[in-house]
Amino acid sequence: MIWAEQRDYRLLDVSLEVLQKARDLSQLYEGRVSAVLIGENCGPLAEELVEYGASRVFAAEDSRLRLYQSEAYAKVLARILEDVKPEIVLIGGTTIGMDLAPAVAARLRTGLTAHCVDLYVEKIGDRDQLVQVVPGWGGNMMIRIICPEQRPQMVTVRPGVMEKGERKPGEKGEIYFLEPELSEDDFRARAIEFVREQQGEKSLDDAEIIVSGGFGLYSAGGFGLVEELAGALGGEFAGTRPAFDEGWIPESRMIGQSGKTVKPKLFFSIGASGAVHYTTGFQKSRVIVAIDKNPKAPIFSIADLGIVGDVKKIVPVIIEKLKKDRPS
Amino acid sequence: MNPETGTIIRSGIPVVTNLPDRHALEEALRIKEQCGGSVTVLTMGPPQARKCLEEALATGADRGVLLCDPSFAGSDTLATARVLAAGIQTLKGCDIVLCGNESADGATGQLPAQLAFFLGMPHVTYARKIKWIDESKVTVERDTEAGYLKVEIRLPVVIAVLRKINDYRLPTVMGIVEAAGREILEHGCAVCEGAGLSWDEIGGKGSPTKVAGVFEPAHKRKVEMIDGDPQDIAKKLIRKLHEFDVI
Repeated sequence: MIWAEQRDYRLLDVSLEVLQKARDLSQLYEGRVSAVLIGENCGPLAEELVEYGASRVFAAEDSRLRLYQSEAYAKVLARILEDVKPEIVLIGGTTIGMDLAPAVAARLRTGLTAHCVDLYVEKIGDRDQLVQVVPGWGGNMMIRIICPEQRPQMVTVRPGVMEKGERKPGEKGEIYFLEPELSEDDFRARAIEFVREQQGEKSLDDAEIIVSGGFGLYSAGGFGLVEELAGALGGEFAGTRPAFDEGWIPESRMIGQSGKTVKPKLFFSIGASGAVHYTTGFQKSRVIVAIDKNPKAPIFSIADLGIVGDVKKIVPVIIEKLKKDRPS
Repeated sequence: MNPETGTIIRSGIPVVTNLPDRHALEEALRIKEQCGGSVTVLTMGPPQARKCLEEALATGADRGVLLCDPSFAGSDTLATARVLAAGIQTLKGCDIVLCGNESADGATGQLPAQLAFFLGMPHVTYARKIKWIDESKVTVERDTEAGYLKVEIRLPVVIAVLRKINDYRLPTVMGIVEAAGREILEHGCAVCEGAGLSWDEIGGKGSPTKVAGVFEPAHKRKVEMIDGDPQDIAKKLIRKLHEFDVI
């Protein structure tokens, strides 16, 4: 089962991405995938989910649920999960999904794994288990997590990690409309208004070229070189979690397991050793270039082109040559 | 990392205060300055975590509480949330529980919502601004990808803050002197009994998720190293990028 997130009467792409993944996993469970929608006027979205391959949609409709309401949404989703008893629940790891999923998992006393980069079902002992792959901390390792006893097995997946499927217009499925039982006590924290903000900066999602910097820039006199190289290439700048912690980049430009997953045609990584929780955020890029001073850094095992050396000496020369190539 | 269990070996590693939590403390201190009350800092962790509490006292917190017991080891977010909730319940009355939106290590961000559930409180995560209306109500601006939600809350509440909510202050010499007299309470597993938690609900046993194994990621790329002096490197690199047709 998946939870399909709607905002302003539109489905989020990440929900279609986890729907496709759920369809792949469902081969073992009679191929049936259910989706839960919470909001108001869910009808058109329920049909869209069916066309993307959901065999059943539960649409919980209430005008009070137009905006995300943390307690009420958790109550509604937990109730549906208790009734339907799915083996697996996938939730898109948006700022809303990351709030809802743990609240629901706590209500069901079940396990939840955040930011999964791979999911598959494997028989362990005498039971089919959902193997949840996440990057490990403190080394070049991946961890397999399972939830052996409790059901459902719940996970969140960041946007862009899975691929969405094809829409098949006219596809038929079952759609059930539910009227959730909610009282005033379910709205102790009440979202009263959504304020849209102009995204002043270009999003990394559409960038064809991304230049990303890590903590190694500290000794190279700051993050300026990364932005300058991105400018010279006509691309966008980004960074690692340490770069975010240093305040060099906003959170929206943080690459990695708990940040953005990107797939540009060219990805430059500068001054980052290449821990897996960082590299999982860009490993599907077409061409990866890595520059770092440590020849043994793991970043070189996932790059197409590698340069070992002093960032401060090498990058300015690259910038200068690029500018000369393209005088404007 | 322990390759057998896949868990992080924490012994001997210096414990530091999670960055988002420093912003949570700062927000608590500001609320106290504005509205009065007192600030208690609570953590679950190994004995070394006492240092983080001392630092928080030196920054201006009134009281520290350390939840520390070998039976807490191996906790996932659900089991951690239960123990933290038990610890908070010993405080007898708490209007706002502030925490960082996520930790720097796991960065799952799952804890605040689960903690709120076990405390029976509502929660707001991704908070970037907290505004007081009166003693029983606050308004929070809660970040989303495309803007923010304005959320009105009746107290008590759990609020998880983003780093951008404020700039945090550092401990001062005077603060360190003043903090020397303040107490850090320590609770072991008795705190769980007090809250009616059974052994099956805490630590590794109370954690629904388990590590099934650890493996090295498979690398699909073969790297071509470019060397020479900076001029050479830049020339070769740009030629390669043209060959790959990416610039």
